[in-house]
Amino acid sequence: MSVITVENISKHYIIDHQKGKGVNTLRDVVSENFRQLFGNKKSQVTTTHEEFWALRDVSFSVEQGDRVGIVGHNGAGKSTLLKILSKIIEPTSGSVRIRGRVASLLEVGTGFHPELTGRENIFLNGSLLGMSRSEIRKQFDEIVAFAGVEKFLDTPVKRYSSGMYVRLGFAISAHLDPEIMIVDEVLAVGDAEFQKKSLGKMRDNSASGRTILFVSHNLTAVQALCNKSLYFEKGQLLEQGETNQVIATYLSKVSRTRLLRDWDTPEKAPGNDLVRVKRIELIPEYQDELTHIDVRTPMKFRFEFWNMMDSANLNLSMHLNSLTGECIFNVGTKSQPYGPGVIAGECTIPGYFLNDGSYTLSVMIVKDTVTPLFTMEESLTFDVEDYREGIAWYGKWPGYVRPQFPFQIGMLEEAVK
Amino acid sequence: MKTHEVLIQPGRSERHYWRDLWRNRELLLILSMRDVSVRYKQTALGMAWGLIRPLTTMLIMVFVFSKVAKLKGDPGIPYPLMVLAGITIWTFFSTAFTQVSNSVTLNSNLVTKVYFPRLLMPLSSVAVSFLDFLVSLGLFILLAIWYQFVPDWHLLFVPVFVLLAVLAAFAFGLFFAVVNVKFRDIGQLIPFIVQVGFYACPIAYTSQLVADEPWYPLYILNPMVGIIDGFRWSLLGGKTYFNPQSLLASVALTGVCLILSVYFFRKRENTFVDDI
Repeated sequence: MSVITVENISKHYIIDHQKGKGVNTLRDVVSENFRQLFGNKKSQVTTTHEEFWALRDVSFSVEQGDRVGIVGHNGAGKSTLLKILSKIIEPTSGSVRIRGRVASLLEVGTGFHPELTGRENIFLNGSLLGMSRSEIRKQFDEIVAFAGVEKFLDTPVKRYSSGMYVRLGFAISAHLDPEIMIVDEVLAVGDAEFQKKSLGKMRDNSASGRTILFVSHNLTAVQALCNKSLYFEKGQLLEQGETNQVIATYLSKVSRTRLLRDWDTPEKAPGNDLVRVKRIELIPEYQDELTHIDVRTPMKFRFEFWNMMDSANLNLSMHLNSLTGECIFNVGTKSQPYGPGVIAGECTIPGYFLNDGSYTLSVMIVKDTVTPLFTMEESLTFDVEDYREGIAWYGKWPGYVRPQFPFQIGMLEEAVK
Repeated sequence: MKTHEVLIQPGRSERHYWRDLWRNRELLLILSMRDVSVRYKQTALGMAWGLIRPLTTMLIMVFVFSKVAKLKGDPGIPYPLMVLAGITIWTFFSTAFTQVSNSVTLNSNLVTKVYFPRLLMPLSSVAVSFLDFLVSLGLFILLAIWYQFVPDWHLLFVPVFVLLAVLAAFAFGLFFAVVNVKFRDIGQLIPFIVQVGFYACPIAYTSQLVADEPWYPLYILNPMVGIIDGFRWSLLGGKTYFNPQSLLASVALTGVCLILSVYFFRKRENTFVDDI
């Protein structure tokens, strides 16, 4: 049974550029807007305005018990969609049918008043989210324990640390008991341990047949929590289906990945009279039907170039840089004498080496180990996605590299009881 | 299991809006309690401020109008009691009106993040002014004891006039609350209206003073004239001037404006979030 049916939803905004004449005087603004206020929305405004579709013709349905991830860039319309489903904004056209009690978490600690105590804010926020006072009272101790703020219950929340504030806010929402839960990015906050606890709590909830809609930029969290996903781009629903498949599409669309560049003839190829680049290629060795590079994926790097010199001692050097331009590493080949022709080099970047992130690759052809003949900056670009197994923590993994060195752990001595 | 089904469409207000409003009465209570408990947070005098303000206003009015302008109370009524009665109901109306007008913009953090029947915001905003009203009424009782004034059965009408004052505050406040969302000019305008109203209403005087003026029929079109005169009349045992005609005008005007305002509010509430 589908609990949410969305049919041809659009949301349209008009951004006024009030440069045009005629709306400059207060009187015009007043008379014009009074006409608008009394229902007559589409009167003739003389302002130039720009149309903007936050959502355009979106249709989908959600079955009971589905956990739906919503992915897409900033401004793709994800939040607009959630706000329409939460009845906060009205669609311009289309209709939504929802069966069941909805709780929306668009923000942690909605309506928290800084002057009120933790206790008072639990009741305030809880009722805003749709809990009755008796429900809140029943869950009160559990909420407090979950947030770990027992000692500060009667302190105004303005004295809370930001961590405590967020924990309290999430704890309240985690104890909601709606049939449909709409969650926007709330996991992006809080410390690692708390994130783990929150996601665990959400997963427990979904096990009991609850429908969840979850917007996040954190693909790992979406993969961990959601069985289905929707991918939005510029207000349109581009793809929907199984999470893994949708995320693969999303990644292939968003990344600026360029794994291959080649040139047929030396005339067109970049370089100079001495050497010219023929082909640069990065070949990921995907495992398990993966279609994107993640931290596990080994990659083979191939480089071919034309040498026009009769005899020269040549070697290749490869720089791998982060998106911010820091060099992660630099490897080179041995220097050897070569005659004219095509020279090829190959190198493997092992799996479990690069951390997740975006990288660029530069190559350099060097003569006599000291003289760079030609450098090709940022010749290839690729993204390494995150992958974790058996780890319920979703913060950014620190470090430039992500090696898996042997690291043993064991009980040295058992305590005597 | 009962399923709760919602249909969201453009221009379609919730079919069960009023039932929804009733279901959210707990939220109304909590929002009211929030406003009340926040009101005097981090003030040394706290609730005493609810007492200090009407008291000082009364003292100043009594001084200015009875000593300087030589106004007199109606026969048999101490002038300060008369003034305090007027100030009490006027302050109640004007703060309620101000709070209702600002209720939506002050709660903009809620409007953009969570759904509830939007009428809860103006409704809950009245709580604070009602509390101040009760304090001010307490002050009136003390003053009545001081002057050894004993009210009579007219007191029974007090709640009627209090209710009328609330309805009037809504009738005009709701309209401004909606306009305020788009034009913050209203925030500047409200204190001005309240200030003018203070002199345009029979607070330091009864409307008997102007009853013979040619513009009196226009004067009683101010709905607060009937409400203030009536409140004072019922509180002071029917001994002050009260023209039932002015009450009729109040009820009619308040009723019509209230219906229009609620309609207007309901029509616009779904677009608050786009304009706020």
